[in-house]
Amino acid sequence: MSRKELGDVAAGRLDAATLARHFGDVAPALSRQQALIEASRCHFCYDAPCIQACPTGIDIPGFIRGISTDNLKGAAHKILDANIFGGQCARVCPTEILCEGECVRNGPEDKPVQIGALQRYATDWVFESDTRLYSRAAPTGKRVGIVGAGPAGLACAHALAKLGHEVEVFESRAKSGGLNEYGIAAYKVVDFSAREVEWLLSIGGITVHHGSALGHDITLADLRQRFGAVFLGIGLGGVNALGVTGEHEEGVRNAVDFIAELRQAKDKGTVPVGRRVVVIGGGNTAIDAAIQSKRLGAERVTLAYRRGAETMSATSLEQAFAKEEGVTVLHFSRPVELLRKDGVLAGVRFEHTSLDSSGKLVGSGEYFTVEADVVLKAIGQALVDSGLEGPVTKNGRIVADETAPPVCRVFMRVAIVSVAKPT
Amino acid sequence: MADLSTNFIGIKSPNPFWLASAPPTDKAYNVIRAFEAGWGGVVWKTLGLDPPVVNVSSRYGAVQWNGQRMAGLNNIELISDRPLRVNLDEIRQVKRDWPDRAMVVSLMVPCDEESWKYILPMVEDTGADGVELNFGCPHGMSERGMGSAVGQVPEYIQMVAAWVKQYSKLPCIVKLTPNITDVRYPARAAKAGGTDAVSLINTINSITTIDLDLMAPTPTVDGKGTHGGYCGPAVRPIALNMVAEIARDPITHGLPISAIGGIGTWRDAAEFIALGAGTVQVCTAAMHYGFRIVDDMISGLSHWMDSKGYKTIEDFRGKAIGNVTDWKYLNLKYDIKARINQDLCIKCGLCHIACEDTSHQAITAERDGKRLFEVVDAECVGCNLCMHVCPVDDCITMERVDDASFQNWTTHPNNPMSQKA
Repeated sequence: MSRKELGDVAAGRLDAATLARHFGDVAPALSRQQALIEASRCHFCYDAPCIQACPTGIDIPGFIRGISTDNLKGAAHKILDANIFGGQCARVCPTEILCEGECVRNGPEDKPVQIGALQRYATDWVFESDTRLYSRAAPTGKRVGIVGAGPAGLACAHALAKLGHEVEVFESRAKSGGLNEYGIAAYKVVDFSAREVEWLLSIGGITVHHGSALGHDITLADLRQRFGAVFLGIGLGGVNALGVTGEHEEGVRNAVDFIAELRQAKDKGTVPVGRRVVVIGGGNTAIDAAIQSKRLGAERVTLAYRRGAETMSATSLEQAFAKEEGVTVLHFSRPVELLRKDGVLAGVRFEHTSLDSSGKLVGSGEYFTVEADVVLKAIGQALVDSGLEGPVTKNGRIVADETAPPVCRVFMRVAIVSVAKPT
Repeated sequence: MADLSTNFIGIKSPNPFWLASAPPTDKAYNVIRAFEAGWGGVVWKTLGLDPPVVNVSSRYGAVQWNGQRMAGLNNIELISDRPLRVNLDEIRQVKRDWPDRAMVVSLMVPCDEESWKYILPMVEDTGADGVELNFGCPHGMSERGMGSAVGQVPEYIQMVAAWVKQYSKLPCIVKLTPNITDVRYPARAAKAGGTDAVSLINTINSITTIDLDLMAPTPTVDGKGTHGGYCGPAVRPIALNMVAEIARDPITHGLPISAIGGIGTWRDAAEFIALGAGTVQVCTAAMHYGFRIVDDMISGLSHWMDSKGYKTIEDFRGKAIGNVTDWKYLNLKYDIKARINQDLCIKCGLCHIACEDTSHQAITAERDGKRLFEVVDAECVGCNLCMHVCPVDDCITMERVDDASFQNWTTHPNNPMSQKA
């Protein structure tokens, strides 16, 4: 990295102890005593609102009761039967807008039961005690090919292996886990994803081929020929463009790449960060990139979003967290130009925006500049359709094969969910 | 997975979790919901002779403790207030629809032979698996010479149990009242009368609270209240002791027991089974949370049995009975001392003040002017009080310090009745 092409970008801005603190567990595990006290706060509601708010429908009061009766195995079963990635979700779910947001304790006390933390307590027990909860049914002789070893692909693989099918998973990257392994802020999931994947695969009957990308190393046609059913759990591998000149030149980076690099770095002190960082976007990826830049030692981090706080897809808790960490958040600001000095990125020119009477975003014609050594783009991800021949995609979504046997259709629906969900 | 199925005096159920005779088993609607939720059996709410009893409005009083609801529950509801025929027809239909679940019918009729002779064939005709004789309810019915009024007189227990065995082929369970000085006497009487099993405890006579504005007990019925039957988590230790007393009494040892009293979790159930119970009956916990609590009871008991290598209920049933003994047989040489983990100590001082004010002055509160809690071994008698009051798990533990020798009171020199070893 030459100083000619980049501004003030450097690794090791903070000492090792500070970095260790900054990238340690942001929400540490509950002790047994904490877990029991918290579990005792659960009212064990009938037809509980928290369950209705859980996208995976976990029987939350049921697993919390298991914690309070010291039936951790039963509790873990309740969680993982509904969502095999219950350990990961316990750490990364935006519980404040899901289960905890609906907890009836929010009414009188304004303090929900810490469902995420309790879910982590019950699932950590499984991984720490290395307990096998599932075994395979008798072999069916059926084979399923899965593209993508991310959460969707591996969850599908596990469910199929449990039923006795043989599963092969094709993953383009060097490690399994997808978003869990590469896309989550380092302080949210510490030393966990690989262990969770290892546990999940221990059921047997699942072979993962790394470095095997659809459209390069394998083709859909080939998979269709080799397997009885194919599941596409390919996620959103592409990143949306800003549409500003020079966004592919030095100094401008995809936030997801920065997050992945940081997640993979054993020594966070080796990851370069700008002295002045501008993050563009309004989702949790933008927040993760901004906070982590700050925690790596960036002096000034600005997060710019073209609309108002209420339409940011980052939750209010995440937005508040960013501000608490010292990130400057700008609303109604859209980038119009990347400024360079002697070819080196020096800043971003923004235009103030507002909503017109019809709710449409319009520029105000007023401009301002924010200095930057690094710009991180986090304005959404997109389906990469290379390798998806024919009528497999429509409007940026995968189309399920509705004529397939029911079991295959179910796979495809999961695929759609996984692909359509913004990360 | 462990096998939870039970065969209790010939009554089979897929698990040992029965619902006790009480409001949850009042009618078919509830019982069907219970079976759907997974309960292994029910004891149908007590039937009496027509005309049915009449119940009052306002029936429950509850004790709250440290913010927790219903640590104890008290009721003044009487037996079933529905016509006998309605109950019998529903029992017949439910048993027919759920043949694998235990259907026991609770009975309470006057203490005369004719009444029992009259009702038993009708119950038998429903296809029910057994009868439970309600000699326990301490309120209302006892004023009419039934319930605990019978259970408090061993001779009556024996007499009625004998009638039931004479006039019915059904397995018979005598439900005992705890409102008595020594529960072994009614248990022995039940056995002498020929009962197949006993169940205990029924509720404990109580007044839960006094409303200081109304100056009346709760539940309050138009300004007045009455004593009612106390149950729920608070009564469990009393029930455990009474079950143990019957299990280890040479006369009643081996008499099948269906345990009742504050059972709400798999662990509670396991404790009673360890004391010899063949099934357990639940009421208050279901009335608090609904029938779905049986889900964690089944899974928790099953996982715990797996972790201990117990394949069936019989593998651990009664295993703790041999370790319940009389005080005089305890080892007086056994010696433990409190150990405070200073890394875990939050310096609340509760251990010190408990020991200083109410025990043995064995925990000091400071050293070199600093707040520090340390055990004085020479003063510590190993009573455990500090361990119980300590709010931090595992902060205070007890360490064994004796030389593993043995002497109990029967041979102790201070005992005037001491026997030569």
